Amino acid sequence: MKYVDEYRDDATAAALTDRIKRTVSRPWTVMEVCGGQTHAIVRFGLDALLPSALTLVHGPGCPVCVTPIGILDQALQLAALPRVIFCSFGDMLRVPGSQGNLFDVKAAGGDVRIIYSPLDALELARANPDREVVCFAVGFETTAPAYAMAAIQARRLGLTNFSLLAAHVLVPPAMEAILSAPGCLVQGFLAAGHVCTVMGYEEYEDMARRYRVPIVVTGFEPIDILEGIAMVVSQLEAGRAGVENQYSRSVRREGNLAAQAAVREVFEPASRAWRGIGDIPLSGLTLTAAYVDMDASVRFRDPLSRFAPAGGEDPDCQSGLVLQGWLKPPDCPAFATRCTPENPLGAPMVSGEGACAAYYRYRRRHDGSGAR
Amino acid sequence: MNTHDEFQLQCPLPVSGDRVLLAHGGGGRLMQDLIRGIFLRSFDNEWLRRLHDGATFPVEGGTLAFTTDSYVVSPLFYPGGDIGSLAVHGTVNDLAMCGAMPLHLSAGFILEEGLALDTLRKVVESMAKAAEGAGVQVITGDTKVVDRGKGDGIYINTAGIGVVPPGVRIGPQELQPGDRILLSGDLGSHGLAVMSVREGLRFTGEIESDSAPLHLVVRDLLECGASVHCLRDLTRGGLASALNELAVSAQVGMTIEERLIPVREPVRGACELLGLDPLYVANEGRFVVFVPDAHVEVALAAMRRHGAAQQAAQIGIVTVEHPSLVVLRTVLGTHRILDLLSGEQLPRIC
Repeated sequence: MKYVDEYRDDATAAALTDRIKRTVSRPWTVMEVCGGQTHAIVRFGLDALLPSALTLVHGPGCPVCVTPIGILDQALQLAALPRVIFCSFGDMLRVPGSQGNLFDVKAAGGDVRIIYSPLDALELARANPDREVVCFAVGFETTAPAYAMAAIQARRLGLTNFSLLAAHVLVPPAMEAILSAPGCLVQGFLAAGHVCTVMGYEEYEDMARRYRVPIVVTGFEPIDILEGIAMVVSQLEAGRAGVENQYSRSVRREGNLAAQAAVREVFEPASRAWRGIGDIPLSGLTLTAAYVDMDASVRFRDPLSRFAPAGGEDPDCQSGLVLQGWLKPPDCPAFATRCTPENPLGAPMVSGEGACAAYYRYRRRHDGSGAR
Repeated sequence: MNTHDEFQLQCPLPVSGDRVLLAHGGGGRLMQDLIRGIFLRSFDNEWLRRLHDGATFPVEGGTLAFTTDSYVVSPLFYPGGDIGSLAVHGTVNDLAMCGAMPLHLSAGFILEEGLALDTLRKVVESMAKAAEGAGVQVITGDTKVVDRGKGDGIYINTAGIGVVPPGVRIGPQELQPGDRILLSGDLGSHGLAVMSVREGLRFTGEIESDSAPLHLVVRDLLECGASVHCLRDLTRGGLASALNELAVSAQVGMTIEERLIPVREPVRGACELLGLDPLYVANEGRFVVFVPDAHVEVALAAMRRHGAAQQAAQIGIVTVEHPSLVVLRTVLGTHRILDLLSGEQLPRIC
């Protein structure tokens, strides 16, 4: 299949692996930002092909994982309201809030629908004028334009029963938070290719300079990732720290300007708590004043205020350390023991992009422990 | 019933939560917990404990196979099939996986008030045609009607009985280290065909369900001289779940080669788009066969004579190493676990 097979070719992979081995002369630690890249690395066993001096650490790039428990609890409460049709992408449904997940709400009678595009939710709002359709807007810069388009369309169509529960987060502030943390081990980044498809990579140039860290915009197939690693390693060994674009078949320096304009019309940056990590300034998106009437947290302020938050994070869950690259999932004492996809303590064990889920699914040994 | 028999009556697995979730029917780990924690706990007997696709039991003069399955597919009609043909093929295939030639079927219909009679007629005609094609008849049945809103148009249950030829012993307990794993054809078409209609995804047209009766392929396999140790159809949960169930049942390991597993281009494309792994997507006309190394060629030749198994190929081997675990050798030559999923796969965010 075109655009897939050539990026999974074993001869190309072997050539890139050789190039990396020849280049690496001392230990380096490189973080892949996006959970999609983490899954490709674990699924294809790419780390097993790399020299032992090179350490890959997994980044915070799983929007499902970092959605704060407070917003998730709001989602659970909204989904349980009798007049509401609650729409979400599929992999959000298993993520535990402080009391259960969206599947539990569905089993208890809540109208929860899996959608494939925010425009599906718009269609539901048109077809059900007597119901309130709430769309769970989760993701990074990659999916924000689609939600922005849905809001713009809803305005054009005069739909008054459509709203968004805004939970989008932004990648560069999180990368900056990791770089500025005391004792940061990350020496180079594979930046998230699809985020950059929308946003471009100009904003990384200043970051690379200030922190003296090479950043390579990288795709998601095995060959993309190996090539991205080879490019980062070449920069590290040469003492350079610039921004390079491995994923040029999808990413331009300025990004997708039309998509950015749509996002700016509907959303504006706001501070956001990242689950397991904490508050990061201006790292989330909230609705602009012009679209505040479509903000579900405002529209349903009364019913939401009647619920008292119950419980919080499980104290054994170390997802914050995992999401910042401090801990590999198999090194967590709860991994595959107290914490499994059936009974997750944290979101990274259930999300399609979560690092814990990747290790559980592809690396777990039969005795339940993780392979390293 | 598709699951494995790692069951100990003394220590049934707890079923977590206090309600049935959709994932309990997804063919993954949760469903196995439900079967072992609730059904086996109460119904336990030597036949059920094997948890094969059907039960085989001796009667005077021979061995019979008996199986049942319920069909709740939505939508009722999809490219390449419908709930009627599925209800026949699924049960015929469960008998075939016991090594049995199907004899007769029963059919139970649960109809929702308001269903168009024309729809029912179409489904039943399709069922009759599928039964004729499979050489079986529906010889007994039942009908119930439920209030509007309490069903999804039509639910069908079929049960089937068949005769197991003398000397045939098929089941997870017959698996031997060194057995080769043969796959009858390309994966994922049924699941994607149903999903494309159910979710209104407009990428297909080319993807049709693989739904087909398999008993004649199995008959030729059993008559070709190969000693067939085990058969399993790859329905809900796909190839990965079926192999996992067998590996756990038989306490053997399995290693399969990613590059030898055929998946058609449109199915691969759709799976890439949705973030699904075709190895976990449902099929209704595909199965795996376990034979000794020396019998691979004769078995493949027998399978390839049939349209439903023209692409049959060897994809892997049963091992002593890593018991209960299925390992995939990737296209890059690295190895990873092919695990049982918790429930059904969910389309990803980005």
